[in-house]
Amino acid sequence: MSARGITIVHLYPREMNIYGDTGNVIVLRRRLEWRGLPVSVVPVSVGDPLPADADILLGGGGQDAAQGEIGADFVSRGAVLRAMADDGVVMLAICGSYQLLGHEFHTHDGVRIPGVGVLDVVTRGQQERLIGNNVVETPDAGRLVGYENHSGLTELGPGVRPLGSTQPGRGNNGRDRTEGAVRDNVIGTYLHGPVLAKSPRFADELLRRAYERRGIDVALEPLDDALAEQAARVAVARPR
Amino acid sequence: MDVLAIWVGKITLLALRMIGRRGNALPGLVVEKLFPGFLPRMMSRLPEGVVVVTGTNGKTTTTKMVATVLGKRYRVLTNDTGSNFVRGAITATIEHASWGGGLPFDVAVFELDEAWAVRFVAVVSPRRTLLLNVMRDQLDRFGEIDTTARLLGQVAAATTGNVVLNRDDERIAALAQHTSGDVTRYGVAPDLRPSFPNDEELYGGALFVSNEHADAELLALGTYADPNITMRIGDDTHRVLLRAEGPHNAQNAAGAAALALTFGMDSASIAAGLADVSPAFGRGQSFDVDGRRVVLQLVKNPAGFRQTLRTIDPAHGPDAVAIAINDEYADGRDVSWLWDVDFTGLRGAADRLITAGTRAADMAVRLRYDGITVDLVEADLEKAVRSAVDTAPSNGTVVVFSTYTAMWTLHAVLLRIGAAT
Repeated sequence: MSARGITIVHLYPREMNIYGDTGNVIVLRRRLEWRGLPVSVVPVSVGDPLPADADILLGGGGQDAAQGEIGADFVSRGAVLRAMADDGVVMLAICGSYQLLGHEFHTHDGVRIPGVGVLDVVTRGQQERLIGNNVVETPDAGRLVGYENHSGLTELGPGVRPLGSTQPGRGNNGRDRTEGAVRDNVIGTYLHGPVLAKSPRFADELLRRAYERRGIDVALEPLDDALAEQAARVAVARPR
Repeated sequence: MDVLAIWVGKITLLALRMIGRRGNALPGLVVEKLFPGFLPRMMSRLPEGVVVVTGTNGKTTTTKMVATVLGKRYRVLTNDTGSNFVRGAITATIEHASWGGGLPFDVAVFELDEAWAVRFVAVVSPRRTLLLNVMRDQLDRFGEIDTTARLLGQVAAATTGNVVLNRDDERIAALAQHTSGDVTRYGVAPDLRPSFPNDEELYGGALFVSNEHADAELLALGTYADPNITMRIGDDTHRVLLRAEGPHNAQNAAGAAALALTFGMDSASIAAGLADVSPAFGRGQSFDVDGRRVVLQLVKNPAGFRQTLRTIDPAHGPDAVAIAINDEYADGRDVSWLWDVDFTGLRGAADRLITAGTRAADMAVRLRYDGITVDLVEADLEKAVRSAVDTAPSNGTVVVFSTYTAMWTLHAVLLRIGAAT
């Protein structure tokens, strides 16, 4: 194995940190540390350079005002982010970060906010919010359990496939039963929770892909995830 | 007319008591619907008017502090039942008014949550307002914190006399421009500021240091050896032993002191009043169960949980810690916020750690990722608290952190198996 460990970039930790999404960073870091695998976490805020050796990019949801604060900075990184996505860098973008990875966001009152076009999705704001516990069945990582809370409705283009399927009234747009979007190793989703906390298989799948892209053959030893599985079972049975 | 309203309200209250209900919203609701002008008319009879206490965290304890301190000089009407809606204020008024319509008080002190405070000031203009902080809290219900700050701005604007602001909370400090009333401030000494992060600072923002003068300023916190806090009240410095523990309560005490100063009270009476304040319902209340001391601490949001965790001194920690997390509507369905709390301070702080409530497993996962081993995951609240007590040594201490609905259950359990102290 190479001397350099996995580099996790935490995008806009100050601005995009609503609903515990920082927990995804904690989960990935710990799952590497528990296995004795080296890891470093690099926070990247407005104006900071994006590390060229990034293996995993994590972005969370933000308040509307925060998304305005980071919007221009994020868009200015568009070419770099698209190149990274083409290169197979693992990205997990939640809620607001997911929307900004798309082509654009049309707010409820008609303002068009440009995204970076990494994901072939377009989001439109509406007055009503989709709020509640959500369960998503995915082909790549089994069942994901989290909590959604968004007013943007996201439509997928041909350049992405859904992360998974959910019930009507939930997910990307409440209509087509899809949740999230995937291309290469880039994943966008509305699942807070944080999603990786109760979906350890998903967490390890992201780590596996990061190593695979680097050409490093690492066996990710199984961890004791009994508590996470119990928490997921409980969450599935709770009211929406 | 008002006498009729009081009779209707009092009879509703009595009926509720007869059927064993502790509810305090219904009488207020009934009177609010039948007699819309009741509350403003009653409040206009108070010679010192109305004080509103609002903000995200610390409302209940701070309201109790203000009411107790003002009680040194005035007859105080307050909604100490914790119903922080407009109808809670109406119920308190009905309950304490005489059957003949008299309202034998000088001043009313009402705790109101941020959204209800706006509805309250649309009906009653407060003479004084104490604004504590704006923190992210149950965002699935309340929306964003900038929205909350705007609500508090409306409360400040409606205040006719003194607006007392926490100068250390950037969003609160900015509300000075929203009022034509007299602005006074409270705060903590600059060297204590890093221990009192506002919402921005909690999420990595730069330390905000105000250069505004504070009429009441927390100068030093208590320690295990010397639990007295040191506070400047006006021009005088006092040492006070607060019964409501924790740094956040010391900060809130400065707010209560600054508010009391606007009444022209002397600093010694204010300090004496603060020392008299006992913990509010579920906010550091303690119980004796089989010789063990059980402390109940309400937690509602990341900032509040972090503050409350700081009541635990790792060097002198309790024998057992239980954390009860429910996800009922009143708690907030979304438990993601637990990941915005840093639990590493609990490492090694207690011999035994238990998680409880509907989301006991979620809490255990959270602790595991902070390197803390959970000894028992028990959704049933009573079983969990009994286990904590049973495994603590006789005359040991158990601290229970609990969300709102779990706290009601635990409070009842603790009164059944033990006694309030």
